[in-house]
Amino acid sequence: MLSDWPVLSIVTFLPLVGAALLALLIRGDDETAKRNTRAFALWTSLVTFIVSLALWFGFDRDDAGFQFVEQAEWLGSGINYHMGVDGISILFVLLTTLITPICILVSWESINTRVKDYMIAFLFMETLMIGVFSALDMVLFYLFFEAGLIPMFLLIGIWGGPRRVYATFKFFLFTLLGSVLMLVAMIAMYLQAGTTDIPTLMNHEFAASMQTWLWLGFFASFAVKMPMWPVHTWLPDAHVEAPTAGSVVLAGILLKMGGYGFLRFSLPMFPLASAQFADLVFFMSCVAVIYASLIALMQKDMKKLIAYSSVAHMGIVTIGIFTFNIQGVQGAIMQMISHGLVSGALFMCVGVIYDRMHTREIAAYGGLVHRMPIYAVVFLLFSLASVGLPGTAGFIGEFLTLVGAYKASTLVTVAAATGMVLGAAYMLWLYRRVVFGPLEKDSLKDILDMNRREILAFVPLIVGTMWMGIYPLPLFEITGPAVEQLISSYQAAIAAHDMAQPVLEHAPAAVHNAVSGH
Amino acid sequence: MISAIVFMPLIGAILVGFMGRRIGDTGSMILTSSLVVLAAIFSAITLADVAFGHNPQHIVVLEWMRSGDFELDWAFKVDTLTAVMLFVVTGVSSLVHIYSIGYMSDDPHRPRFFAYLSLFTFAMLMLVTADNFVQLFFGWEGVGLASYLLIGFWFKKSTANAAAMKAFIVNRVGDFGFALGIFALFMVTGSVEFDAVFAQAAQYQGQSFNFLGYDVDILTTICLLLFVGAMGKSAQLFLHTWLPDAMEGPTPVSALIHAATMVTAGVFMVARCSPLFELAPVALEFVTVIGATTAIFAASVGLVQNDIKRVIAYSTCSQLGYMFFAIGVGAYPVAIFHLFTHAFFKALLFLGAGSVIHAMHHEQDMRKMGGLWKTIPFTYAMMLIGTVALMGFPGTAGYFSKDAVLEVAYAAHSGVGNYAFWMGIIAAFMTSFYSWRLIFMTFHGKTRADQHTFEHAHESPLVMLVPLVLLSIGALFAGYAFYDSFVGHHFQEFWGDAIFIADPENGVMHHFHDVPDWVKRLPIVMGGIGFVTAWLFYIKITSIPGALAKQFEPIYQFLLNKWYFDELYDLIFVRFSKWLGEKLWIFGDGKIIDGLGPDGVAASVMQVTKRVVALQTGYLYHYAFAMLIGVVGLVTYFLVWGVH
Repeated sequence: MLSDWPVLSIVTFLPLVGAALLALLIRGDDETAKRNTRAFALWTSLVTFIVSLALWFGFDRDDAGFQFVEQAEWLGSGINYHMGVDGISILFVLLTTLITPICILVSWESINTRVKDYMIAFLFMETLMIGVFSALDMVLFYLFFEAGLIPMFLLIGIWGGPRRVYATFKFFLFTLLGSVLMLVAMIAMYLQAGTTDIPTLMNHEFAASMQTWLWLGFFASFAVKMPMWPVHTWLPDAHVEAPTAGSVVLAGILLKMGGYGFLRFSLPMFPLASAQFADLVFFMSCVAVIYASLIALMQKDMKKLIAYSSVAHMGIVTIGIFTFNIQGVQGAIMQMISHGLVSGALFMCVGVIYDRMHTREIAAYGGLVHRMPIYAVVFLLFSLASVGLPGTAGFIGEFLTLVGAYKASTLVTVAAATGMVLGAAYMLWLYRRVVFGPLEKDSLKDILDMNRREILAFVPLIVGTMWMGIYPLPLFEITGPAVEQLISSYQAAIAAHDMAQPVLEHAPAAVHNAVSGH
Repeated sequence: MISAIVFMPLIGAILVGFMGRRIGDTGSMILTSSLVVLAAIFSAITLADVAFGHNPQHIVVLEWMRSGDFELDWAFKVDTLTAVMLFVVTGVSSLVHIYSIGYMSDDPHRPRFFAYLSLFTFAMLMLVTADNFVQLFFGWEGVGLASYLLIGFWFKKSTANAAAMKAFIVNRVGDFGFALGIFALFMVTGSVEFDAVFAQAAQYQGQSFNFLGYDVDILTTICLLLFVGAMGKSAQLFLHTWLPDAMEGPTPVSALIHAATMVTAGVFMVARCSPLFELAPVALEFVTVIGATTAIFAASVGLVQNDIKRVIAYSTCSQLGYMFFAIGVGAYPVAIFHLFTHAFFKALLFLGAGSVIHAMHHEQDMRKMGGLWKTIPFTYAMMLIGTVALMGFPGTAGYFSKDAVLEVAYAAHSGVGNYAFWMGIIAAFMTSFYSWRLIFMTFHGKTRADQHTFEHAHESPLVMLVPLVLLSIGALFAGYAFYDSFVGHHFQEFWGDAIFIADPENGVMHHFHDVPDWVKRLPIVMGGIGFVTAWLFYIKITSIPGALAKQFEPIYQFLLNKWYFDELYDLIFVRFSKWLGEKLWIFGDGKIIDGLGPDGVAASVMQVTKRVVALQTGYLYHYAFAMLIGVVGLVTYFLVWGVH
């Protein structure tokens, strides 16, 4: 019965329908209208979340392929409306539907101008984000991927901080560069394979030399999205200027599109090029971990600190993906989900005190634990999760990724594992300066602890973080088959290439060594 | 029953941590304490059943991770080693809980304190019951967290916050090595479960693998990496700097975490991994050297410290060094035996010191004490017992275990063994000296406390004294009572499969019973000399220490400043990282990436819009060209050379 419904399309477009209704139904700008807008948006996102649970419960854990597949004629000439999720993408869809209602809850009081426009932008963005993770057609994917930037620009540009124009511009410039190159690569693929269908392309064997260029085209886009060093500098600025909910979505979901893209396009479609460039990715990732952690240490602005910590954490993700083994890839997925929960929550923690004091300067705080004990506990929990304390979500992803990375390269692992130490240093130092110590500043003397709405927004994230840390088995079960298939087809492609070109044997063999040897 | 032992403290921690205000202060204290006491009773039963009844157990609680062949569960493995640790942990923990009811009686945050204590106990129990490396790591970091929270318990004090952070981060450095060791083990053996890993260990003996580009011995490398973790947790030389600072926490915490249990986790872990270490002789030599050096280093620093808790902290550090060099020469049971007796007398000393501090209204500087034996005679008696046990006075617990440690080092007849033996002997003298110095400065002579404090110094309440009595019984008799089982001729019967010894028939574990008499007597003699020297310095002719300090000013300063480790580390690690972070931020991100990237382009666009002529000057080309060259260069490199 349920399986006859186009569940995936419903989940994807429900927020858009909600946004449209919002635009049509609610008029005026008085308090009642604002309240109705917020309530309506919240309910839309909650219903979307509940419907999306049908994906979780209806998903066949033993099937490595795409499920909830929907296909319809669209633009012709091989370009169709094709949707579906596999064990990898389903988690990102669920993460999106979970984070969105939280974001709306977070914006409840902090957004007070143009509330209707804000909520419409947000719901529209939810549709686009879900679309990215469930599109099985390249054109469709590109559409969602690029269009998703528009509401984000608006969020920062309209509801953002004082330097929002600069931040938006920087964000735009970086992503534009990547997108153009990705588009060129997509066109080339279409011309070569005659289709934009992703599952078909995953089985299409591009020539080795072509793979190199296509890989680079996609890499330009995904590397910016991740963001990888050295194209990460847009992120701290975007975060600083974005409203709290914008940061939560940015860190929680938008950054995951890069990692997802590597798993959906780069690895399965260009396995040879992926192997070829693995060392480049490792190099950039290791630099990212150390470089961003060191910079995070010196930040004076809380949001910038967490933004740089995101760059470091995403470095771990890219390492995991390019280890081409199960632990590495599964660890990378876990790390992305966990980062989605944890860094989202950390940005919310900043938001809580920003709403009260209107500053993100670390130096403006100190001794909050005396007035805000609940806040102190919540902030501590997520700081520790960010540090990767065992028993929280952060540990599973980081540890597993490094287990996988060790198989690929000890040097990379050692470099990346320094993040364990540096991460503890910058997070605990932040926590100490903000929460501990005597409460000396007059401005903080009457600060209030979190209210019920704020606590409510944190609850799902707390539950998720602990659950992932203690009993992550369901996540392993749902991602397992898809990841195993990804790895085995990757290995098959490498092996086939080695067999086919004995003349050039040394090159791929060396690649293979680089990947699994040291 | 095992699950009950482990989870009861957790339940206590959760209930009191989240509902402390509703349960009330008294309720919180009673609830957590009784749960831990119950766990201690169960642990005693378990010890009897597992160790003396030879009935090891294995219990799976919950599946944890399944990623390809990386599979592991939340599970308990209880053999003799674990049972001994369970007994020590729950025993000391319950006494510390009870003691804290008195010690913390005027603190407004008691529920939080007890929640942390119970949380620590839970993490420590998870550590010792783990059946795989990852769960061990969970407990390992869990105790680190609890330690962080408890050191920083008085969060108003900025020194306490700094110490808490330092403890966590220095431990993370150790954990960095530990984690790498686990990764390497998984790559080599395909498992992280103790039984599976240990079963395969032998086949990798003498083989090598690639680590950071070098071909190195597999087991040696892995053992060294694991030992780095142990060095952090057990405050061995180079990673010891956090332990003295950790004394910022409330004193019961120092007794429980920084003396009896958590800091011994490293010793436990290496003993647990005996099947690996036994096959890696080079790693064992390293362990011996580090242990012996720590023993003498920490003892030397302890000679001149004036804070009563810091003296005991350095003593702990030094005693942990003893345990490690016992392990290093292959005498794991002796190390665990010393761990066991040390838990009693060191917890006793700390709690006794706590009683002194309590009496003196939170004064910790021994220079402001003296003559206290009259006002707090009971505490004095307890501290005396702790001291004689620590210096190894014949018949006390320390006598049996510490002498065994020194004897195995001698019996090893190896270079590093001899080094450890002589370092241990000198450290024994120092131990006796600083222990008696503490007693004399605190309890004897004319008081240096101000009139008011001295007159109001009072004996602690019963709830604090009873734990002291129980610990003093252990400090006096635990050595004699357990010597035969732990390290006697039939030690293998007691330990079963818990500890692996490569050559059980002819190793040090047998030879140390037959060392020459002078080896057996020397530690006692050194203890005696230490006592006499201390008596001479601090009772008889009290001008000596000052004169010596003046005469040997550089040496005195060197010791007083703890060999300048903190200053050195601050310079190389802390300041350098901050400097580098600042530079990378301003120049790396600001000037180079943004300067050549978006800002550069922006500037160029500005130029273009203002004066089209500017284009000719080459600004835009300049930047675009630089970026292009950079990208092309990087890509070319990996295209052409990156594949080799």
